[in-house]
Amino acid sequence: MMDYLLTEQQLMIRDLCRQIAKEKIAPVAAEYDKTEEFPWPIVHAIAQADLFGVSIPEEYGGLGGGIMETCLATEELSKACGGITLCFAASYLGLDPILLFGTDEQKKKYLPDLASGKKLAAFAVTEPAAGSDASAIQTTAKKKGDHYVLNGLKHFITNGGEAETYVVIAMTDKSKGARGATAFVLEKGTKGFTFGKKEDKLGIRASSTRELIFTDCEVPKENILGREGMGFIVTMKTFDVSRPGVASQALGIAAGALEAATKYARERIQFEKPISSFQGIQWMLADMATQVEAARALIYATARMIDSGVKSVSKESAMAKLFASDVAMKVTTDAVQIFGGYGYIKEYPAEKYMRDAKITQIYEGTNQIQRNIIALELIREIAKG
Amino acid sequence: MRIIVCIKQVPDTADVRINPETNTLVREGVKSIINPFDMYAIEEAVRLKEKFGARTAVLTMGPPQAEAALREAISMGIDEAYLASDRAFAGSDTLATSYTLAKAIRKIGDFSMILCGKQASDGDTAQVGPGISTHLDIPQVTYVKKIEELKDNVLRVERMTEEGFEILECPLPCLLTVVKEINEPRLASLKGLMRAKSAKIELLTTQTTDLELDRLGLKGSPTQVVKIFSPERRKGGEIFNAPAQDCVDKLADYIHKNLLT
Repeated sequence: MMDYLLTEQQLMIRDLCRQIAKEKIAPVAAEYDKTEEFPWPIVHAIAQADLFGVSIPEEYGGLGGGIMETCLATEELSKACGGITLCFAASYLGLDPILLFGTDEQKKKYLPDLASGKKLAAFAVTEPAAGSDASAIQTTAKKKGDHYVLNGLKHFITNGGEAETYVVIAMTDKSKGARGATAFVLEKGTKGFTFGKKEDKLGIRASSTRELIFTDCEVPKENILGREGMGFIVTMKTFDVSRPGVASQALGIAAGALEAATKYARERIQFEKPISSFQGIQWMLADMATQVEAARALIYATARMIDSGVKSVSKESAMAKLFASDVAMKVTTDAVQIFGGYGYIKEYPAEKYMRDAKITQIYEGTNQIQRNIIALELIREIAKG
Repeated sequence: MRIIVCIKQVPDTADVRINPETNTLVREGVKSIINPFDMYAIEEAVRLKEKFGARTAVLTMGPPQAEAALREAISMGIDEAYLASDRAFAGSDTLATSYTLAKAIRKIGDFSMILCGKQASDGDTAQVGPGISTHLDIPQVTYVKKIEELKDNVLRVERMTEEGFEILECPLPCLLTVVKEINEPRLASLKGLMRAKSAKIELLTTQTTDLELDRLGLKGSPTQVVKIFSPERRKGGEIFNAPAQDCVDKLADYIHKNLLT
């Protein structure tokens, strides 16, 4: 395997996650995929291993790592199940805006319980009419004295219903368009904040995807992240640092499928030989492995760039997400092909990898939106000269 | 409250091969692990620590490389580690081992509870735990599957038996050997792994511990291993497939001819 010169602590994270994936997640992945139950026992095991704190500063109860550490953990865990891993990764998506824009007081209030894994977080932007076009958000937050009153509906919210801490984007001033959105931190149990339909999904079925409903829900003004009107900046900056995480989930799924396909190819006998001895299969495996390694190299480079403190990372972050998720779809589809008929049935792992891979091309910005971001940055860089 | 867990480093049983010529274990290239039964003892100690705020220590007797097993126990949440290691301990049977460990425990100091796995996966004797308690002259409960209650220095435990279980009360300090039904051992945590890396392992030798030299190692071990062999595979039985009376006749005939002559 390629040597990425990981630090001792990063190797420790990788090896521990590998062990959790193998011993705790792999044996139950198919069952959670079937039942769609929320995998609390695994979430607790991940919490007990201190993994929820990998990228949270030590002063807030974490281990002080960066995006690279979250990426390593997400990749290794996703090799066993992209759905179960999403419960972990989506909590990081929910806490990233607090890390980026929270005041010291807000960080002290929310981060320690998220770092220990005692609580999960979630990030709520998407609405039925506001997917790729986030400026079409309908949820409103009207100022009333020291409070804001939220009304509206969020949907497709990962960790919805299970998380305790939610970052919600609502319009404080619709007339200002994108500049009229504001980010609020809400806790489960707040009056007027309830949960709606839970989605029945193609893949990542162990993760919870649910509606959030706000009915005259009062939120104190101290719960604003950043300032009023900064909701879109909060969202975009959050996605800049969370996209390498989605990319790592895609990478893990692809790497898991590649390993399963390679093992299967060595065991499957046709024409009195293992099918791995046929050049047609070998070339498929070689292409899959090359794509996986290229995705890994791009993700690690992006994560390290973010951790080094570079401010403008939208393009690289979008590239990592775009490339890794397209690789995941391609590699998992080829894995199903190598498994042949066994790839199409649920008794074997290949079809689940393929179902789990698809969402990575869609969420946290469809891959079409990623291309928009990349092209825009590219043109801007050239125009600047 | 201080809990001391006694563990043993053993060859990974998932990977055991026997040399067909010498009939002995092939040890080369075999990974060493913590005896699987001891993992339950470690987990139980960490749970008691979380519940009652106990201090926990782990002790093993073995060669210097047994340090790895101690560090693994620390990564799971154990606080202190002791390694009893000395050339004089080599070749110890269960009597000499339990004597040495009991003396090491006295050297470590105060304790409320000693926890051991029910037996080691390599020797399978289940004698060392009870041996330690005898040397220390403290009560023992073997095959513990649940610690029910700890109140006023009295421990109430459930003990597995072949027929079911017994509930026993036992004053502290005491020694328990635990079975796998007691818990599910956790994996290491990142903070634990970091602590384990730099943790100080205290070495206990014949120099630092009060030991009678002729009770140690081969010299202190009355057990003689005469021969090691793989038992012969049992042949499959014979099935009589006939009406009941015929079967009885055939069986009686078989016993008469084969077993009573």
